[in-house]
Amino acid sequence: MDVTQLQRKSEFEWHIPATGNMRVPAIIYASDDLIRQMDAKVYEQAVNVATLPGIVGASYAMPDAHWGYGFPIGGVAAFDADEGGVVSAGGVGFDISCGVRALHTGLTAAAVEAVKQELADVLYREIPAGVGRTGGIHLRNRAMDEMLVGGAQWAVKQGFGTSEDLERIEETGRMAGADPDQVSAKAKKRQQDEMGTLGSGNHYLEVQRVAQVFLPEAANAFGLREGDAVLSIHCGSRGLGHQIGTEYLREMVVAAARHGIALPDRELACAPINSPVGQAYLGAMRAGINCALANRQIITHLAREAFARVVSAAHLSLCYDVSHNTCKLEEHAVGGERRRLYVHRKGATRAFGPGHPDLPEAFRRIGQPVLIGGSMGTSSYVLVGTKQSEHRSFSSACHGAGRAMSRHAASKLWQGRAVVEELAKRGILIRSRSMRGIAEEAPDAYKNVTAVVDAADRAGLARKVARLEPLICVKG
Amino acid sequence: MSDAACSSRGRDTTVRRQACWQHYQHGADVGVRGIGATVAAAFEQAAVALVAVVTEPAQVAPTTRIDIACEAPDHELLLVDWLNGLVYEMATRRMLFGRFQVVIEGQRLRGQAWGEPIDVAKHDPAVEVKGATYTTLTVDQQADGMWVAQCVVDV
Repeated sequence: MDVTQLQRKSEFEWHIPATGNMRVPAIIYASDDLIRQMDAKVYEQAVNVATLPGIVGASYAMPDAHWGYGFPIGGVAAFDADEGGVVSAGGVGFDISCGVRALHTGLTAAAVEAVKQELADVLYREIPAGVGRTGGIHLRNRAMDEMLVGGAQWAVKQGFGTSEDLERIEETGRMAGADPDQVSAKAKKRQQDEMGTLGSGNHYLEVQRVAQVFLPEAANAFGLREGDAVLSIHCGSRGLGHQIGTEYLREMVVAAARHGIALPDRELACAPINSPVGQAYLGAMRAGINCALANRQIITHLAREAFARVVSAAHLSLCYDVSHNTCKLEEHAVGGERRRLYVHRKGATRAFGPGHPDLPEAFRRIGQPVLIGGSMGTSSYVLVGTKQSEHRSFSSACHGAGRAMSRHAASKLWQGRAVVEELAKRGILIRSRSMRGIAEEAPDAYKNVTAVVDAADRAGLARKVARLEPLICVKG
Repeated sequence: MSDAACSSRGRDTTVRRQACWQHYQHGADVGVRGIGATVAAAFEQAAVALVAVVTEPAQVAPTTRIDIACEAPDHELLLVDWLNGLVYEMATRRMLFGRFQVVIEGQRLRGQAWGEPIDVAKHDPAVEVKGATYTTLTVDQQADGMWVAQCVVDV
């Protein structure tokens, strides 16, 4: 990105003043290096989002922002329904409520090392991953609708996990306001055999070692100690979310003109929150959130069974579960006034600071765990939400590394088997059905997650708590 | 019906007369582009490009045929609907396709896709496609008369 177009407000904050059709400014949080590497399209997309009706404050881009469809990935924007504010399917993304869940394993990394091969094989066998894989749960009709309304709470009622898990999940595991009637039969059909599956692409299940603690107080509150082994799961709402995104994106493209919304680009398709299409999408999207929460809960159950088979001492308890593709109604202070806003986070993680009433008791004093997934073979991070991020980014932070090169370029540069062997030499076991998939997901195909996390920390969006290093990675 | 990736020579629009397909870079996702003498031929090639995101299209045996019909007010929306129709069929039937035939009459498209169930050992599928988007979406006739149909797909 050409930095001469930007006003630098601080070391990590760059502004695009509101000009032309922009209703608010655009603000990008990034280091000098990250902003220079950032795709110029992020500028264009952040500006486009700033033109949408009812936007409040600013159109934000996180340090890992990159070119998305409509909204940038790493984009955050809040809308006021009473001021003609809009909801956008492209502002949430196709993988509704894609997110990261971290669990303590009750084991040290040393204990995992002793059984690493066997554990990798059992996790790989028991957790369906990759293109075309189905799960062991098949939902039809009423059972599907109950899942879409109940989320992880439904999953726990079915015997997948315990009620203690729920308090460690955003929305206590169930997004209110889900309306299965707004989810098409096609979306439900696409999901009927996909519950409890990881999917493909950048999704994974990893066993990780807590390699470094930066903030001992927060790490203690989160139950993270150096040398511990944790399990992280990165996946979303699978085919159901993809189909909801596909269908509502199209409906909003057609409906925008009817609502008098001039779109700079079709891909910004949106509808007024207070319109039939807007309300229908919110009902469907919330059902998609519940699908993702139920999916991660079922995978948690499968992982618990796999661990129990290999190490009897394992006890998997939830640290936290965050979603990074959502639109949620939240209360935020804007200009000294409390307002209820529809906050879109597309490739951005909610990061509530200390004292937020929606946080579980265990974290209320310290702030929300913010889980940042790395790429295969690189570090992941746990951060904690800050008070300042409320007025800096509607309490949002980054979500991951972001790709540095295309899948095609990566598959030309690396061979899947060589990547697996190289990582094995570093003590990281990879399990995947697709060698081409491994090549496309090679660690160096991604940007440096550490630089992204450092920028989020220095910009005050969230503070670094701990760094996690992979031991086992089951790839989708 | 050609289903070849465009050769480097084929990227030169002044000499390209063969139907072919390409991928182009888009951040974390992939752009799919079909090129053909007609809109329908370009759509067929865009479909090959879509499958090539997942696997090598030539590896897919055309043993089973499925039909897709869609209708849209313009060619751009019709392309997205066609590709999303294929994404849906691939996901729900757990199939891959390697050969396509498209007929476009006014706002309506009737398409046929031939393929087979996903076989991991044979197809080594890299990634599933979540959906076609409106990003860099165009259906245009080039100076040489060839049609180009393209958009970004989310993976």
